Amino acid sequence: MSFNKLYKIFIYVALITLAVSIVIPVGWVFLASIKENSEFYGNPWTLPKGIYFQNFADAFEKAKMGEYFMNSILVTALALVILLVVALPAAYVLARYRFFGSKLINVMFMGGLFINVNYIVVPIFLMFVDADKLLRSWGGDGFFLNNLFIVALVYAATALPFTIYLLSGFFVTIPRDYEEAAYMDGSSYFRTMVQIMMPMALPSIITVILFNFLSFWNEYIISMTLLTKGSKTLPVGLMQLMQAQKAAANYGQLYAGLVIVMLPTLILYILVQKKLTQGMSLGGLKG
Amino acid sequence: MKKVKERTIFITVCVAPAVILFIIFMLIPTFNVFKMSLYKWGGYSNNKQFVGLNNFKILMEDMNFFRSFQNTVLLIVCVTIVTMALSLIFAAILSREKIKGQNFFRIIFYIPNILSVVVISAIFSAIYDPNSGLLNSIIAIFRGSEKTPILWLGDQKLVIYSLVIAMIWQAIGYYMVMYMASMASVPESLYESANLEGAGRITQFFSITLPLIWTNVRTTLTFFVISSINLSFLIVKALTNGGPDGATEVFLSYMYKQAYTNSSYGYGMAIGVVVFLFSFGLSALINFVTRREPLEF
Repeated sequence: MSFNKLYKIFIYVALITLAVSIVIPVGWVFLASIKENSEFYGNPWTLPKGIYFQNFADAFEKAKMGEYFMNSILVTALALVILLVVALPAAYVLARYRFFGSKLINVMFMGGLFINVNYIVVPIFLMFVDADKLLRSWGGDGFFLNNLFIVALVYAATALPFTIYLLSGFFVTIPRDYEEAAYMDGSSYFRTMVQIMMPMALPSIITVILFNFLSFWNEYIISMTLLTKGSKTLPVGLMQLMQAQKAAANYGQLYAGLVIVMLPTLILYILVQKKLTQGMSLGGLKG
Repeated sequence: MKKVKERTIFITVCVAPAVILFIIFMLIPTFNVFKMSLYKWGGYSNNKQFVGLNNFKILMEDMNFFRSFQNTVLLIVCVTIVTMALSLIFAAILSREKIKGQNFFRIIFYIPNILSVVVISAIFSAIYDPNSGLLNSIIAIFRGSEKTPILWLGDQKLVIYSLVIAMIWQAIGYYMVMYMASMASVPESLYESANLEGAGRITQFFSITLPLIWTNVRTTLTFFVISSINLSFLIVKALTNGGPDGATEVFLSYMYKQAYTNSSYGYGMAIGVVVFLFSFGLSALINFVTRREPLEF
């Protein structure tokens, strides 16, 4: 056997080992989600005896994953809308116009890339505690904590630096000729931005939506901290299931819950994986 | 004159919302982290007491903090070295060799990156389960099933390496795709002439590929340190919650614990400040150590 052949075999063994280490655990979760609870004792490698959909029904109803699912959709969608409405104009103007303070604002957002939410989640929480106290002292009711809209707002705000960085990086590359032509024709600043520049930025906008969808959908520290009672998002609900399972050994429900959290991101990934991995080389790094 | 006014209004309307949101939800909280670290504060009560640098003094003698420091450094070092090496190797293989199903491998390797850390933790607790876990049941085939099971997450010495594996598993694909993108821009002609000169694959990797994508490696390395500190927190919080007995406590999980469970917000924020400075210092250090003359191609 030649050296080349050995080398080829070695490469394939390495690739297949890594692929297997990813596919097997993920696939196993899917199989486990249709197993009955009694099947979890003993060998974990046995195939499910039948398709036990009751796990999903239990997860949706008893573990409230159905409700959390709706919450997650709501929060993710809201956060994406807020983010795009706020970040797109800002990115465009910061990439195109020089004005008083524009340099400072650019530096500020660049610095924001280094601030991670995990550091500032405690002050954000305390800020809302104080604000709620203030509202109550005026005879109102608590508004800021346990509010899905506020969670979406915090998601959007903390995603701003990365999103603006990515979008202005794109706007800078578009030649100015387009806008100058539009101004010649008497188009206003606002109309030029919305009707001329934004359609051109569509590929970058899609990249932004993809990345932020994944990070909002999967986020759990902010949502765990700001939603202290009642409504939760999916990952937090899943964490609750994990803790409950340690005591009650409700394996089927847990794995059904896992599938419920994973499936939307996996489907999205399979549909757009080319875009996602291409966008990554455009956008550079995430925090 | 009208035009100037219109321009000012347009700019303000576009930029103001982003700036306001950023200031309220990022700048002020960051500032508050530093400010609160100087206070002794139980949180919900209004009893804030200015103590200067006292929190930091306590911190220097806190053995639990020291332990979380050790754990974090161990995680950063192990995870960074292994992840960087493996993702570079796999990126080089997938972009240089003619592999059947190259696209398939790329798609599979990226999957862990799109999963929630909670999902990853749940998967790994299924893998590491002592009695009916995937890993132990494979090992039992070789060791015999009557031996006591290995406690991947219950053994104080072992558990940190179990976390290392989970973190590497999560990160490889992301960095691999990144390196593949930059390797694609290395001109093919360099490899052709290297082939004519008779340079082997390994020589080519070290004297062509690696030097030419070095800028990219450097940037990722710097960011990797920051993101490992965060990721280790996310995984620890969901998988072990610092246990068993503090064996997996890391920087930010200890901060979170002090702030919420222990209700010493001021002290928690002092930890935050130290971690903040530490991660910046480390990034700067890495940036300095890895400095090379950038190569043009």
